[in-house]
Amino acid sequence: MTIIRTFFLSRSFAPRGADLCYNCGMDKPAIDVAYVAELARLELTDEEKAVFQPQLENIVKYVEKISSVDISDVPPTMHGRAIVNALREDEVRPSLDRETALANAPARTGDEFMLPKIVEGAES
Amino acid sequence: MVLSAWCECGEVENAMSELYELGIEGAAEGLAKGEFSSVELTQAVIDRVKAENPRIGAYLTFDEDGALAAAKAADEVRSGASPHQAPGTKHQALLGVPIAVKDLINVKGQPCTCASKILKGYVSPYDATVIKNLKAAGAVCAGRVNMDEFAMGSSTENSALGRTVNPYDVTRVPGGSSGGSAAAVGGNMCIAALGTDTGGSIRQPASFCNCVGLKPSYGRVSRFGVTAFASSLDQVGPMTKSVTDAALLLQALAGHDEMDGTTPDEPVPDYAAALEGASLKGVKIGLPKEYFIDGLDPEVKRLTDAAVARCSAAGAELVEVSLPHTDYAMAVYYIVAPAEASANLARFDGVRYGHRSTRSDDVFNLYARSRAEGFGPEVKRRIIMGTYVLSSGYYDAYYGRALKVRTLIRRDFEEAFAKVDALLTPVAPTPAFKIGEVQDPLTMYLNDLFTIPSSLAGNCAISVPVGFTADAHLPVGVQFIGDAYREDKLLRVAKAFEDAS
Repeated sequence: MTIIRTFFLSRSFAPRGADLCYNCGMDKPAIDVAYVAELARLELTDEEKAVFQPQLENIVKYVEKISSVDISDVPPTMHGRAIVNALREDEVRPSLDRETALANAPARTGDEFMLPKIVEGAES
Repeated sequence: MVLSAWCECGEVENAMSELYELGIEGAAEGLAKGEFSSVELTQAVIDRVKAENPRIGAYLTFDEDGALAAAKAADEVRSGASPHQAPGTKHQALLGVPIAVKDLINVKGQPCTCASKILKGYVSPYDATVIKNLKAAGAVCAGRVNMDEFAMGSSTENSALGRTVNPYDVTRVPGGSSGGSAAAVGGNMCIAALGTDTGGSIRQPASFCNCVGLKPSYGRVSRFGVTAFASSLDQVGPMTKSVTDAALLLQALAGHDEMDGTTPDEPVPDYAAALEGASLKGVKIGLPKEYFIDGLDPEVKRLTDAAVARCSAAGAELVEVSLPHTDYAMAVYYIVAPAEASANLARFDGVRYGHRSTRSDDVFNLYARSRAEGFGPEVKRRIIMGTYVLSSGYYDAYYGRALKVRTLIRRDFEEAFAKVDALLTPVAPTPAFKIGEVQDPLTMYLNDLFTIPSSLAGNCAISVPVGFTADAHLPVGVQFIGDAYREDKLLRVAKAFEDAS
């Protein structure tokens, strides 16, 4: 059986350092930059990690000021202006043709985008 | 044409300013009267860009041949059409007028880099809806202006592809993220420009570079074909040399687009008509007390007070109002915007377009290394921040909570607009700062302190020049905030304010 590596599910989405609770009053925010960057599929150099870690701790600490706002019975605002059910007719329409869609491809093979092998055990 | 103050001979030749100095209104008038052609106007802009861009760096690219071809086409349309039969004179305003385009808006066949290495070499396969609209109106869209990478920043220093300086002081930043647009308008290197505003990116650079900058209400202008940063906040808007020009340009941009589900099918008012007889007499202008804080630069404070006095002298009624959740807006924004950015920027993975790392042996590395090599530091920080606030165990505490506080911020504005016609506030806490002066990301974020709340609430807001600082002679703008979908009313207030100077 072919095993498909699901890249966005193969690692837990829960950042490490979660022992530091957001509401518990501890000073140091629980962001582990190196780990979150991995979740975001972003390779960081050691230098970047060293620079970003305190910067993002600062930013996280700043945004925590919203924890003191009373939000009981307040609905969320998802958009600047809420529109419900923006619908259109479900009809076939022209879209970008294949050549146009492939024109910016960093690598292609024939009529397709080319990628390293994703599926384990399959013929590439 | 602007007649010179000292000469009364009335001869156009003596009175004529350089063509590139014109705004949309003046250009349209001259073109309509046949004083010059679009080709002449466009050539004047091209020559100006060639002379000034090496110093200012407003443009990343300029398609000279494309510009002249579009100008020639516009001249042919004009010569063939009887002015009496021209459908909708408001659209005639842009026929043959060169408009600079921020480098995240797709124009078919042109580069669209978002000032990022990850999109270097990318060529747009289609037109954004705003570009379709501008082309339909006959505008010449050929120059692409610099910005902070993916519109993340307040100084344009985050551009990976070029440095833009303030045309009023080349040792200072033009603001951002639409810094190239502002420098092009303020430096007379275009007739008008398109910018985008997520948390202040039109208004703050407009203030720094002596332009008018309008952020339309959320959904008023289509975002289709505009590279997404924070989808619940992004808006395209005009950056111009006058309030009338902002109205004329907005006219072509605004309206429902079936390609963007967040644009309601609501009628677009005639914005230029709304400006006729603009007056501040009896207009209620609210001064939100939370915006008049101690940290304000003294010169910005002085000029904001002068703006208040100008409104008062012109007959406006000034009312103190309170927007009690203002203090939380920046925190909400720096949760919501990075969260949306982290999702939007997931599309840059080296697969279908953009930079692909040559060091990739499997798909994980293809993603992680292409993104590492392609994105700059501020974009990386925001992707990490956004991923963090959306991650399991943190979502409710950060993102979920921020959306609810956002509701409270929106309600503040709704309550204020039940009492007043417009709000008057500073645009940014300081005038243009020195290049390299602000290094800490959180300090840089403070630039958007006064522009973020109205973005979160979905209101329209405009930055209008008010004056210059005493010592450094740096331009400073004032912000008017309007009720959602009342750009007509907001522009009327701004126009009356501009006229009262």
